[in-house]
Amino acid sequence: MSFTTAGYQLAPVLPELVLALGAMALLMLGAYRGQGTTSTVTTLAVLLLIVVGVLEYMLPAGKQVTFGGSFIVDDFARFMKILALIGSAVTLVLSTEFLSDPSRRIFEYAILVLLSTLGMMVLISAGDLITLYLGLELMSLALYVVAASNRDNAKSTEAGLKYFVLGALSSGMLLYGSSLVYGFTGTVNFSGIASAATAANVGLVFGLVFLLAGLCFKVSAVPFHMWTPDVYEGAPTPVTAFFASAPKVAALAVFTRVTLTAFPGIVSQWQQILVFVAIASMVLGSFAAIGQSNIKRLMAYSSIGHMGFALVGLASGTVEGAQGVLMYIVIYVAMTLGSFSIILSMRRNGQAVEQIRDFAGLSRTNPLLAFMFAMLLFSLAGIPPLAGFFAKWYVFVAAIKANLFTLAVIGVLSSVVGAYYYLTIVKTMYFDEPAGQVDPLRVEVKTVMAVFGLFNILFALFAGPVVSVASVAAKSLF
Amino acid sequence: MTTWPILSVTTFLPLVGALIVYLSRGDDEAAKSNSRWIALWTTLITFAVSVLLVMRFDPSNPDFQFVEKANWLATGITYHMGVDGISLPLVILTTAIMPFCIIASWKAITNRVREYMMAFLILETLMIGTFSALDLVLFYLFFEGGLIPMFLIIGVWGGPRRVYASFKFFLYTLLGSVLMLLAIMALYWNGGTTDIPTLMHTAVPRSLQTWAWLAFFASFAVKMPMWPVHTWLPDAHVEAPTAGSVVLAAILLKMGGYGFLRFSLPMFPLASHDFAPLVFTMSAIAIIYTSLVALMQEDMKKLIAYSSVAHMGFVTMGIFAGTMQGVAGGVFQMISHGIVSGALFLCVGVVYDRMHTREIAAYGGLVNRMPLYALTFMVFTMANVGLPGTSGFVGEFMTLLGTFKVSVPTAFFATFGVILSACYALWLYRKVVFGALVKPSLASMKDLTLRECVTLFPLIALTILFGVYPKPVLDMSAASVQQLVNNYNTAVTAVKAAALLQ
Repeated sequence: MSFTTAGYQLAPVLPELVLALGAMALLMLGAYRGQGTTSTVTTLAVLLLIVVGVLEYMLPAGKQVTFGGSFIVDDFARFMKILALIGSAVTLVLSTEFLSDPSRRIFEYAILVLLSTLGMMVLISAGDLITLYLGLELMSLALYVVAASNRDNAKSTEAGLKYFVLGALSSGMLLYGSSLVYGFTGTVNFSGIASAATAANVGLVFGLVFLLAGLCFKVSAVPFHMWTPDVYEGAPTPVTAFFASAPKVAALAVFTRVTLTAFPGIVSQWQQILVFVAIASMVLGSFAAIGQSNIKRLMAYSSIGHMGFALVGLASGTVEGAQGVLMYIVIYVAMTLGSFSIILSMRRNGQAVEQIRDFAGLSRTNPLLAFMFAMLLFSLAGIPPLAGFFAKWYVFVAAIKANLFTLAVIGVLSSVVGAYYYLTIVKTMYFDEPAGQVDPLRVEVKTVMAVFGLFNILFALFAGPVVSVASVAAKSLF
Repeated sequence: MTTWPILSVTTFLPLVGALIVYLSRGDDEAAKSNSRWIALWTTLITFAVSVLLVMRFDPSNPDFQFVEKANWLATGITYHMGVDGISLPLVILTTAIMPFCIIASWKAITNRVREYMMAFLILETLMIGTFSALDLVLFYLFFEGGLIPMFLIIGVWGGPRRVYASFKFFLYTLLGSVLMLLAIMALYWNGGTTDIPTLMHTAVPRSLQTWAWLAFFASFAVKMPMWPVHTWLPDAHVEAPTAGSVVLAAILLKMGGYGFLRFSLPMFPLASHDFAPLVFTMSAIAIIYTSLVALMQEDMKKLIAYSSVAHMGFVTMGIFAGTMQGVAGGVFQMISHGIVSGALFLCVGVVYDRMHTREIAAYGGLVNRMPLYALTFMVFTMANVGLPGTSGFVGEFMTLLGTFKVSVPTAFFATFGVILSACYALWLYRKVVFGALVKPSLASMKDLTLRECVTLFPLIALTILFGVYPKPVLDMSAASVQQLVNNYNTAVTAVKAAALLQ
């Protein structure tokens, strides 16, 4: 394959091209055929995401660079992109029920998810600050609209607005940081920045701080986490599942790539920032979740905590750390999608219920659902032999190797605090009296729950291959 | 020697049983009875397979046997199983106690029987795995995984304060264990592997030894439990259903002692030597303090729980004495306590099933209505006291002997524990069994049923057998204990010699 434009290879961006053109075609289909096509568009969008994932997988191995170094496709990018695509596709599958309501037949939903995913893919492959910003904005702008997709609901519109205002602020900070970095190094290219970066360059370090602040917003790390609980609670549940999975993958991927490939020379400068952010996220995520009564808010704080854990791996700044981040995000996405499929299936008389007390006695009214959720919660708490334990193992093992003992000790202690609130949900489901029957589960929700639930329980059996893939992907960054 | 992975089969057979129980659908009486029978047969077959382990075990070989190794996670973390003379007795104890737990729950558990049996079978797999894992990550997997079924057992089928007790149990144990997890990671980077036999022969720098020892100690001291981190145990014991208490006392507590023997002494001999006085002090305090606390209890299960803490004090004391008698005594005391305390909880369960109270004051004069029960309870009370002729005596005597060679004051204070245990155990026995039967509620008490006899009489036989003839257990562990003690003493003397030269 050798199709080029203006002398640049296009083969590495083939999946993105297919996704962009496909999204346009689906937009046309919806625009001309009206809202009646919602379910068709959604189905086709899922298929499109699968095709793009296969294309991404079939790209020739090794590192390929195009557009003069602005766009990088390496094992790391492929790994993260496929994960993001899985996250988006599963979210669309989970959204079918939400979209089937006559008042919410909006085909644009699927298109926006596709465009946002396109933004994520660009973001993951970004090789310079311009591409980074381009991808980030494409991803975020689509997300703002999706958050407000339940137009008649005040909370949903509030969530969209809040997300937009804070997201715009973070973009501003990121841009400001980028301009400082550009000003003090004379280049926007990551490899160029890497060769120009020295700790003595105070202006550059300043820019780095703003850049990291902008990225922290996107992964919702403390102290830039304020939007997360409100947006998670206000947005429709399938959208929350989306926010918690695919964009987190992309944001964490670009976080990893920027720190490790653009600033490898000044590790100690960003390491202290990341150590602080990781500790703050883990501690706040654990303690703030204790008082929550809404399961979506609780998941928001839980995701803040989990991002803190993932950043523990990144803070070590080593290959093991990058591998830890990759392992963490794979398992985190699986646990999150599994949990949200269960939260989505909590419906009584056609109404979604999302208070923790609504889970009371679930182990008697719907034993399978309760068992799967309990296992996911134990996994989120990091209890072996479930998947969550391996996620924590790989990030902390990296932190120990990098001699970040304080970080590791605070991390594991906050995971014990975190275990408390996961246990309270298990307690509600298993020890309390039933609060009433749950509606029968829809097939697609059941499938998603079974796939990720089993992934979570049986992870120990096939952990080996996942670890070696993650290790190859991590090495491609160095 | 063997063509089939006998150890893995023993470990995972209960899990298969749990799957079969899961597949037997239904909620009527027939389904409940099915679950019970499947669980019982699974535990019995598992026991039978584990007996094969004993028969093929070579007691003269101090190394790991029935070793199985397979790739698991990349980079030095493998699926590695094996037993030696220290872990095999504990594996057998586990497989032997489990059928009694199932039988003891036969009538006592009537709601959610299927889930109950599944939880117990999964717990059995995790317990056997803990004792036979030869890889630190694998060990941690089994060790911590046990929290999940035990949490549910206490929380779903427990007493009135079950929520509090189950949370306390879970969080206390988890808190100790996560620090051990970090130490495991540090050992991994130090040795490049988490393979336990390899790590036993890997030199660990002195400073890392100290920190890693403390981290492992945090986990095992909670699990053991040692004073002052024992407070979760009385709560967990009191609230757990009878079989849960039996498993907790007989097997889960032994994981702490096993951890000291498997990790602390062989991997960190210098730190173990440095910290031995700390362990001696904590053990002596545990023995005297918790015995005194036991004297004041009004709840039968709580009393036995505190006595467990005291008896575990003998085990830690013996292990850290680092002498042949001390360590061998520690192993024996763990087995003996497993049988005796398990049986005592079963005895409490017998009267609890009839009266639904564990308050000591609610009983009295049971000997008039229940002679068989009185006899059974007496044997185990005497074993708990450490009367010569019962297995309790052998373990306590050997640990005291072993400690006496190293630290006379510790042995001196610990001996008070023997006297105090006689006080509280006999006091309990007198209050419950002797005296006139005046309480009208007790007038219709029935003596032991056949089912209860089946659970208790084999344990009586074992208690007395090991009391007069402890050789089977001691022989099984002798070679491994000898090697452990030799390596420990070599390491400690080498450092002392080096210090003298300077």
